[in-house]
Amino acid sequence: MDRNLDPSIVAERMQEPNIFRKDELEVVGQRTPKNKHLPDAFGLRAPPPAPRPWRGGSSSSSSTAPSLVDSLFQRSLDDLIKSLRSQPASAEPVLLSRALAEIRREIRSPDPDTKAVALQKLTYLSSIHGLDASWAAFHALELLPSPSPLHKRLAYLAASLSFHPSTTDVLPLSTHQLRKDLSPSSPPPFSSLALHLLSLSASPDLARHLASDLIPLLSPRASSTITNTKNNNNNSSPLRPKAAAAALRALSLCPDAVPLLFKPLVDCLSSPVPRIVSTAVGAFAELVSTTDPAPYLPLAPEFYRLLTDSRNNWVLIKLLKIFARLAPLEPRLAARLVDPLCDLLRRSSAQSLVFECVRTIFSGFPDHDHALRLAVDKVKEFLANDDDPNLRYLGLRALTMIGPRNSWAVEESRDSVIRSLADPDPDPNIRREALRLIMGMVFDTNVVEISVMLVNYAMKSDPVFANEILDAVLTTCGRNVYELIVDFDWYVSLLGEMVRNPHCAKGEEIERQLVDIGLRVRDARPELVRVARDLLIDPALLGNPLLCRILSAAAWVSGEYVEFSRNRLELVEALLQPRTSLLPPLVRAVYIQAVFKVLAFCFNSYIDQPEASQVSSLGNSTTGLGLTIECNAAAANCLSDDITGMESADGIASLLSSIEKKDPFFTCEYLSHILYLIETAVGPLSENADVEVQERARNVLGLIHMLKEIPVWKTEEEGFKKDKDNRIGKIMNLMRALFSEELGPVSVNAQKRVPVPEGLVLKENLADLAMILTEGDIAPSMSISFSLRSHQHMEIKDEAMPSVQSTSLLAEHRKRHGLYYLSAEKDDTESNDFPHALDPLLPGSHSDATEDLVKLTEQSLIPRKVKPTKPRPIVLKLDEGDGVSTSTSTTVKESKDDLLSGAIHDVLLGNEGKPSSSQKRSSNKSSGRRVKEVSDNSESVSQSKENLDLGDRENRSSRRSKHRSHDKERHRSSQNNEEKEEKSHRNSTRSSHHHERQKHRQRGEAPLNVVPQAPVIQDLLL
Amino acid sequence: MIRFILLQNRQGKTRLAKYYVPLEDSEKHKVEYEVHRLVVNRDPKFTNFVEFRTHKIIYRRYAGLFFSMCVDITDNELAYLECIHLFVEILDHFFSNVCELDLVFNFHKVYLILDEFILAGELQETSKKAIIERMGSWKSKNENWIKRRLESILELLLVYTVPVQFWSWLHHHCT
Repeated sequence: MDRNLDPSIVAERMQEPNIFRKDELEVVGQRTPKNKHLPDAFGLRAPPPAPRPWRGGSSSSSSTAPSLVDSLFQRSLDDLIKSLRSQPASAEPVLLSRALAEIRREIRSPDPDTKAVALQKLTYLSSIHGLDASWAAFHALELLPSPSPLHKRLAYLAASLSFHPSTTDVLPLSTHQLRKDLSPSSPPPFSSLALHLLSLSASPDLARHLASDLIPLLSPRASSTITNTKNNNNNSSPLRPKAAAAALRALSLCPDAVPLLFKPLVDCLSSPVPRIVSTAVGAFAELVSTTDPAPYLPLAPEFYRLLTDSRNNWVLIKLLKIFARLAPLEPRLAARLVDPLCDLLRRSSAQSLVFECVRTIFSGFPDHDHALRLAVDKVKEFLANDDDPNLRYLGLRALTMIGPRNSWAVEESRDSVIRSLADPDPDPNIRREALRLIMGMVFDTNVVEISVMLVNYAMKSDPVFANEILDAVLTTCGRNVYELIVDFDWYVSLLGEMVRNPHCAKGEEIERQLVDIGLRVRDARPELVRVARDLLIDPALLGNPLLCRILSAAAWVSGEYVEFSRNRLELVEALLQPRTSLLPPLVRAVYIQAVFKVLAFCFNSYIDQPEASQVSSLGNSTTGLGLTIECNAAAANCLSDDITGMESADGIASLLSSIEKKDPFFTCEYLSHILYLIETAVGPLSENADVEVQERARNVLGLIHMLKEIPVWKTEEEGFKKDKDNRIGKIMNLMRALFSEELGPVSVNAQKRVPVPEGLVLKENLADLAMILTEGDIAPSMSISFSLRSHQHMEIKDEAMPSVQSTSLLAEHRKRHGLYYLSAEKDDTESNDFPHALDPLLPGSHSDATEDLVKLTEQSLIPRKVKPTKPRPIVLKLDEGDGVSTSTSTTVKESKDDLLSGAIHDVLLGNEGKPSSSQKRSSNKSSGRRVKEVSDNSESVSQSKENLDLGDRENRSSRRSKHRSHDKERHRSSQNNEEKEEKSHRNSTRSSHHHERQKHRQRGEAPLNVVPQAPVIQDLLL
Repeated sequence: MIRFILLQNRQGKTRLAKYYVPLEDSEKHKVEYEVHRLVVNRDPKFTNFVEFRTHKIIYRRYAGLFFSMCVDITDNELAYLECIHLFVEILDHFFSNVCELDLVFNFHKVYLILDEFILAGELQETSKKAIIERMGSWKSKNENWIKRRLESILELLLVYTVPVQFWSWLHHHCT
């Protein structure tokens, strides 16, 4: 049709707005008789347009109908692009919305040209500017039957870009047109367009309806007729490979189509045309890799022939992929494949093919030493490639595949691996692979060297990678309840070192491991407490929000295992230092609880300590101290007064140091000092806004008050001893009972093992609770205040108190722990500013660091036999569910063992002759399932399960519902399919000699199948 | 299998997007944004492969344009890298020295070329010559409908005598 413009419409439109100035535009569909004379007057142009199917659909209210100007002076796509480009980016939204309004008007036009251009513009806007085009799905459908190739192409393009299998509701309407375009009588370009649309946006229903239409395109005879009509020299149709690709899509969407499509697809493998073979192999590679590979084993000889014959790298790569999946199923396959593989490895110059060979050998044939050797050499070549990071990366990837059994291969390329890690300007990918490799090489003999080296290296690398390293070290060392760790003292101090990393963001894992080791490894506790002390005492760490979890663990550890602490006073000071106000309330609560434990422990020890030490402490210093706890505020002064000749400020320090010296012996000064310290620091917290902090602070204060009410214990040692009704002893025994029970690790399944007490109904529905609540008109409030005081009051106190206490406490703290503070001059200017937590190292030291790294690792990867200096301590392990998460992958696999492979199994084996016992079971299972409940299983077939994990859930559910509704229909269609299948069988046997031979072979083999344990596949294969 | 192909410029504007798995529009925008962010800041010395969710992106940069392909994790990286290069060579041949503007103004042709090259996520043709041969036939058939339409308008205007203002109005609009 040469002429696209409809003259009658043009004339009509010309008249209306411009000449006659009618008030209203006429609705498009209603053409009044009075205009009928116009075509005659127009004269030149011939027939009135054929009735258009869309006229009814697009007739609409007069305001949105396309006007004359719209269709005559429609902007073309180029105009649109130019106008968009000429404007600044800020004006774009306005332009876009204007263009969209324009398109909405134009696309309703009955004139196909106007409509096509509008659709083209819309397609452009939707694909480049991301506008929604789904509303125009119907208009794209309208254009599909157009005879003009241009319109058709535009319509198919728009459809393939905007149709979505599950959300486009007009998709079923395209079935007829697609079938028409797929038929052999339509010109090949049209069929090709239809195949594209089918492969891109087919829904399972569409695939099912059109599967039979693909067969003529797939069969070589039909395509040859097409080529004959086209007089093409190339004796193959361009459609056959496309049909093969579309068939793959149809198969994966709709397993019912397997009996129809599979045979023609197999025939494609034996085609003389390389392009067809290439597509078919690609299709099979996709099928084998996404479904259960077992049913494809009978095709192995065909694949093997292609592997030895083909010279096309792409085909070879795909074939290797297929064999990599098939080889584990059939041991004899490996023996046959090794020679061609080595041959390819040696002679191919294409790196992609070489890499694929290496990967196949590493993953499929780790037992063939000769091939393995060759592959490892190739990998070394890859790794030696300094100027191509891609090859180096792939080399590392290949090494990770080789697995722990052949770790010698990794050992041989150790230098390159470490060089990749220490590269000054490395790709994160390469570093990550190298790290993974190194961590794969860790054994209990070298874990110390490697971990220390990595943690040191993490100090100097960028934040992201530093955390990756820390993560790798933590997971490797923590694997399977620390099975690699022999020396826990070392490991605990390593954890402490990790915290010193300026970028450390692994707080949660370190926290977990610190506490976990504390619970599990008794022997590691002293070192744990020492590490915890180092962490707690450093005021700089408190400001780092990433580390507060670790500090919480450290506080818990030093509270729980306070008996290993060397200096409790120091510990209490660290726990109560002024900067703890920076911590989040929950961590603060842990701190206070730790203080509580320390206090309880100190008093316990004081009471329990032997006479001798009491005497010595008595003799040493403070017999006549008239110190009472009541005059707490003056306590420090009293102390310093009694120690002669000292200024009060210095006095405290020296007294404290003198107390520390005889630390193991608790003296009353010591205790009273601790009491004083705790009371001043914790006192303000009793009115903290956070309930956790407040509650614990009040606990501690409660204990202190209780102790203070008993004056006797500190005035006279003898009196204390004589005090037989001994209230303090009772209190302390109580406290001891509170904390003496040792905590242990808890099994993940512990809760399950607790028997449910009788009469306790756990599974009762709590729905009536809501009813009760509404009845009583009590709105369940989310924030419940536990405080009796008003919040305002507390806030005032909170603000006031720290400022008062912190200046004095801070000064004291600074004096005692000077090394953690900045120098004095700086302090004057910014008194309250602490040094940044762990300033990163200067960049200058980086190059040295990498050298260090290489030097450090020179020996470390070799698993040396090191004599352990001390035996591995006992690690408490629970018998079950400890750290090992049982994966359910096997069951998942079972359910995935899907319909598609079952159907293919049927086609390849089941239809001719009896399957062997094992296969019979599976095929029976699958075919039975197919008859009964296709609807429930078929969605698992589609690749949606790994569709980029971009949730196809709604997609699935809609599909499922469709399946249900179509259940009956399917029964009918499957019958049809079988008939058609018979036909196609005949076709294919006539057409392809090779295939016939193959089938004969299969038939000949069939009786053998009766023998159990000897599947037909193996005999066919070799 | 190829999941999608993206052509993006350095500013993150998508120049071509073809998805071989059905995705919702919102998801497509998210993917495009994420891929751009992954790819744009990488050093030229880095590898051409990036992991992306459960898949991997094979990308290559040509001047200001990033060609990214999302493939399965088991697919052969180097082969797809070659594949991108082949695609670019074909584009280069078709538009003779291709630049970003060619892709903008001929976006439907780019889709056509791509369809000739890849179907349903599978590579259709690895020979550059064959594709170029097949595309040669389109070039000549390229219909210039704008020209025809302008001709028909002029014809109409000759048949119906119209006021001079209309001529000037038309002139204004056509230019």
